[in-house]
Amino acid sequence: MLSQLGDDAKLLAGGQSLIPLMKLRFANPAHLVDLNFISGTSYIKDDNDTVRFGALTRHAEIEASVAARKIPILHDCATGIADVQVRNRGTIGGSLAEADPSGDWATVLFTLTAEVRCLGTAGERTVSLTDFIKDAYTTALAHDELVSEVVVKIPPKGSGGTYLAFKRSAPVYPTASAAVQLTMDGDVCQDAAIALGCVGLTAIRARDAEAALKGQKLTEKTIARAVEASRAVADPQSDMRGSADYKRTLVGALVKRGIEIAVRRARGEQVEVGHIYA
Amino acid sequence: MSDSIENISIQLKVNGKSHSRTVEPRKLLVELLREDLDLTGTHVGCDTTYCGACTVLMNGAAVKSCTIFAVQADGAEILTVEGLEKDGELHPIQKAFGDCYGLQCGYCTPGLMLSALQLLSRNTQPTDKEMRKAIAGNTCRCTGYQNILKAIQTAAQNMKGA
Repeated sequence: MLSQLGDDAKLLAGGQSLIPLMKLRFANPAHLVDLNFISGTSYIKDDNDTVRFGALTRHAEIEASVAARKIPILHDCATGIADVQVRNRGTIGGSLAEADPSGDWATVLFTLTAEVRCLGTAGERTVSLTDFIKDAYTTALAHDELVSEVVVKIPPKGSGGTYLAFKRSAPVYPTASAAVQLTMDGDVCQDAAIALGCVGLTAIRARDAEAALKGQKLTEKTIARAVEASRAVADPQSDMRGSADYKRTLVGALVKRGIEIAVRRARGEQVEVGHIYA
Repeated sequence: MSDSIENISIQLKVNGKSHSRTVEPRKLLVELLREDLDLTGTHVGCDTTYCGACTVLMNGAAVKSCTIFAVQADGAEILTVEGLEKDGELHPIQKAFGDCYGLQCGYCTPGLMLSALQLLSRNTQPTDKEMRKAIAGNTCRCTGYQNILKAIQTAAQNMKGA
């Protein structure tokens, strides 16, 4: 159908971004193809080492899922996206396919090993999330392709993570956000993944910050180094949510707090986390 | 590209009553409710998915009816503020909003009551935090929310016996 309708066609998933964008005339598709009536596109399948989300799985369904209890960073994300009403409609596949620089899912999934299955007339292919997100509002999807599934690798034992987003109110996008996933062996950090949201054209993987933690005992000093490296790699724009300087400072603070929570969770502690409001 | 966009026939249940309508695909659910079905209790506030004034329940889930096309509600069950009272009796949530002064101008109230209903139908004893989270998508510019929270808590207590 997409190949028949051409470039002016848009897919409608949860519609919680696309419909407002159309009302504001930022999006003006000639054709809308509603995916909501296709059955079998909303599911959460928990295999031994991966969790697979159907593209039209709603944020609210992820929030309430067993998978999200097992992988707390997914729960942190799903439970804080916008508000109840938006979470009841919005979907993980739609969020990734829209690739809004302020979207929550890409930031979180950058810290886990995640793949996106893309389905088109030419068949199905699997793209790593890092390759899928090309730029702001730009993905690897061809115009006759759609997201069919999101596959997330379950983190190993001894791994803990968290997603912290700082918002002015529930329905708005965060001012900045940070996702941290750490695998610990005692006090030593075996593996680290840190991603920053809303401070660049896409979510940003803070590789230098990860390197500052990997193989190290997590002391005040090593954490400070990771925070500094996170601030350095952030590339925020000044806008109505805050100045670039403010966002850079904020994202550093979120990474610091995120590391502390991730360590506690890696030790098996239950830490309840929600999005933070100004 | 097609020359014209055809209207689409839909069937839905609103407040327990079945309706069949033929609508333009671009028509929003809130427009169908207000303009075609004369159910003007559902309000349009921001029209940009922020304020929650247009909140209704769709198959039991709170949704912003300004951010769903009417054709997407084909086959769905919708509950609006008009469907809350039964046999001339106010719903416990409506009564509690009145008793606790959970409103001033009243514009946001229908949406808030339906968000409260989703919460209380899934959680009969919500904590303060759970109540705040449940209404985070409903903006009120009069009350400061304190009396709204009191109203939801009062409704929860009154609904327990029911």
